[in-house]
Amino acid sequence: MITLIEKLSGIPAGSTLAAALKTRAEVLRLSEAAHDAVLLPRDPGGLSHALRAALAARMCRHVGNAALVAHYDGYLAHSGDDDVAALARPGGVCGDARHDAMARHADLLTLSPRDATREDIARLRAAGVGDPDIVRLSELAAFVNYQLRVIAGLMLLKEIA
Amino acid sequence: MSKPVHSFTAKVPEWSPYVTPVDFAGATPEQLSAMKITPSNKGVSSYVLTLAHDPESLEIRSPLFNLIMYGKDGLSPAERELGAIAASVVNRCIYCTAVHASRFLGHTKRTDLIETIFADELQASLPPREQAVFDFAARLSTTPVAATPADVRSLKEVGLDELEQVDLILSAAIFGWANRLMHTLGEPLAEDA
Repeated sequence: MITLIEKLSGIPAGSTLAAALKTRAEVLRLSEAAHDAVLLPRDPGGLSHALRAALAARMCRHVGNAALVAHYDGYLAHSGDDDVAALARPGGVCGDARHDAMARHADLLTLSPRDATREDIARLRAAGVGDPDIVRLSELAAFVNYQLRVIAGLMLLKEIA
Repeated sequence: MSKPVHSFTAKVPEWSPYVTPVDFAGATPEQLSAMKITPSNKGVSSYVLTLAHDPESLEIRSPLFNLIMYGKDGLSPAERELGAIAASVVNRCIYCTAVHASRFLGHTKRTDLIETIFADELQASLPPREQAVFDFAARLSTTPVAATPADVRSLKEVGLDELEQVDLILSAAIFGWANRLMHTLGEPLAEDA
């Protein structure tokens, strides 16, 4: 089965790059499992599947990957949860203090993680986000940024091949 | 007295979380499984106990990280470390930079290269092969992504084959992940010098 990274990178079947990726099949398989663990976890805690999809789409819009935006927008639409839909766009707020604080933090972790400090964790806590949800949010943002960069890198390789 | 470390160093600091880690005694079976607890485990790091708040992610990320950084064939271990260092410099993760600079030094003994990177960061001037590897990984790590086809051509020119290029993408990207945990969920601490 083709993984999301392979599909969205558009690596041509039969190319030398496809052959190189074949030797990294286990990395791709684990990357797909990681996607499922942060987007569709069995225990979502305080981050519903819809909220996770909205935040993922938002982060992908920041980095500018239209195919990945469409993927996460699709998850969001499928959830049928309109309350968090506004968060899928940078600058969007939904009026729920917890969710808006999480969106702000997802922006920070995507755009300038280097500027994150203890104060940013304090802001999340003040908005009512508990420590387990802070870790869940961080894993979501960290994974999406990993996935975005793997795809961006592979697309560059494809261009040169 | 331990103090936060704000400058790049190859001396590995402590890592102190901003959030309260999982209490080991109260960990669920799923958390214990994700932490890979065995009867021989003496101590679990505060980092792993922190990430155990999300056991489903931790369970996958640990083997993925190990495979990307320590897998056989493809890009050399030292150059995977250099990719990790480049990402960690972009994201200013002092802790990750220290761990992987020390591993790079273990492989290469090239303290001069690490000193140059710590002093000049993204403007570091390195030998051609290291320069191409470092620059590509750094430019893949920014938001938005700044890497271009010309950066890939540079990798080819210094002799990286396609599999090695893939491994470099993976090592930089997995540090885009690691930095976003380590640098944002806690801070590096060291004793007063």
